[in-house]
Amino acid sequence: MRNKALLLIPAVAALTACRQDMHDQPKFKGLQVSGLWTNGQAVRPLVEGTIARGRLRQDPHKFAGKTGDVFAATLPAGYKADKAFLLHGQRRYNIYCTPCHGMAGYGDGMVVSRGFKAPPSYHIDRLRNQPVGYFFDVMTNGYGVMVSYASRIPVDDRWAIAAYIRALQLSQNATLADVSEADRAKMAGGRN
Amino acid sequence: MAQIFRPSANLLAKSSIVGGAILVAALGFGLDTLFRSPYNTNVRVARDQPVPFSHKHHVAGIGIDCRYCHTSVEKAAFAGIPPTETCMSCHSQIWSDAPMLEPVRESFRSGKPLQWTRVHDLPQFVYFNHSIHVTKGMGCAVCHGRVDQMPLMYQENTLFMEWCLDCHRQPEKYIRPKDKVFEMGYKPAEDQSVLGARLVQEYKVRKLTDCAVCHR
Repeated sequence: MRNKALLLIPAVAALTACRQDMHDQPKFKGLQVSGLWTNGQAVRPLVEGTIARGRLRQDPHKFAGKTGDVFAATLPAGYKADKAFLLHGQRRYNIYCTPCHGMAGYGDGMVVSRGFKAPPSYHIDRLRNQPVGYFFDVMTNGYGVMVSYASRIPVDDRWAIAAYIRALQLSQNATLADVSEADRAKMAGGRN
Repeated sequence: MAQIFRPSANLLAKSSIVGGAILVAALGFGLDTLFRSPYNTNVRVARDQPVPFSHKHHVAGIGIDCRYCHTSVEKAAFAGIPPTETCMSCHSQIWSDAPMLEPVRESFRSGKPLQWTRVHDLPQFVYFNHSIHVTKGMGCAVCHGRVDQMPLMYQENTLFMEWCLDCHRQPEKYIRPKDKVFEMGYKPAEDQSVLGARLVQEYKVRKLTDCAVCHR
C-alpha cells in the first residue's frame, strides 16, 4: 500500500509541472481579448475629451502649427533648429516618410513604385513657399490620400521632421552663395 | 520447497541496477530534449494568423523600418502592434481589393481589432522592456532573428531563462552600435571582441543578473 502511494509522487509532480497559472495569469494586459465588450478588447478607450494632468494642448502654434489663422512660419517656442534637431528629424523622416516621399523628398518612395499615388515633390514652388507649420499640419491631420500620422509620431518629432523637410528643400535648391566660405574652399580643393 | 530464484537471477538483478540507471538517465534526457524541442518552445514554427502578413515582403522587399509599425519600441516596454489604421495607410490604396486583406478592411470598417496570434509570449512573471534594450545597442535581430527573411513570423529563440542570461552575463558578445540596432543584416565592422568591449563601456551597459531584475 505504501509503495503504491510512493508511485503517485512523480505522477503528481509531473502533472503539476504542466500548470501554467503563473505564466498566463488571470488578469488583463494591453491588447488582450475580453468577451465583455463588443469590440473584443479588454482595454477600454479613453473617454472622449480626456486630458492627462498637465497635458492640455493650449498652444495652437505648437499643437496645430498655427499662429492666428495662418500656418506658423517659425518653430514653436522651445525648439531650436540646430544640427542635433535636424539629425533627429532626419532619422524620424527616414522611418515614417521615405516609404512614399523618398529619401530626398521627390515623392518617389518604394511604396509609390508599388502603385501608391505619388505625393508631390517637396521641391515644387507651391510646397517650397509653404510655411513650416503647414508640414506639421499635414502630418497631424493628413492630406489627400495621406493619413494622419499623429498617433505614430509625437509632436516633438513632427516638428523635427518639418524642420528636416525645410533642410531637404534647401539642399535641393542651394546655390554656391549658400555655402560657407570654409566649405567653398574645401569644394574648390576637392576639384584639384 | 523449490528455490524461487535460480542462479541466473543474479545476472538479472545486477543488470536491472545498471538498466534502471540507464532508464532514468534516458528518461531525463528524453524529457529534456522534448522540453527544448520546437514542440514545447515553438522555435521556427510559423504560426497561423488571420492575415498571412509577411515581414519579408514589407521589410526586405519594400524597406520599411521596424518602427514604422512598432512605434513604441524605443519608448516603452512593449514594441507595439500596429492598429489597423497603420495597415490602411497603404492598403486603402494598394492591394485594396485583395481577398487576402479582407480581414484588415473588415476590422477597419467595424473598429474590431484583428486578433493576431502572439508569437513571442513571455511568461507573465518576467519583466521585459524593449526600450532599454534597443537604446543600449541591442539589435532587433539579436533576439528576433532575421525577421526580414521570414515570410510568416516565427520565434527564432527559445526565450528560456538561460537564453536571457547568456546575454546578460556577456552583453559584449551581442552589443552593436546604436545606429545599427534596426539594421537587419548587420555584420560588425571590426572584431566583435574589441568592438563589444568598447561599446559596453561607452553605453555603460551593466551585467544585470540579479533575480529581481526580471522577476520583479
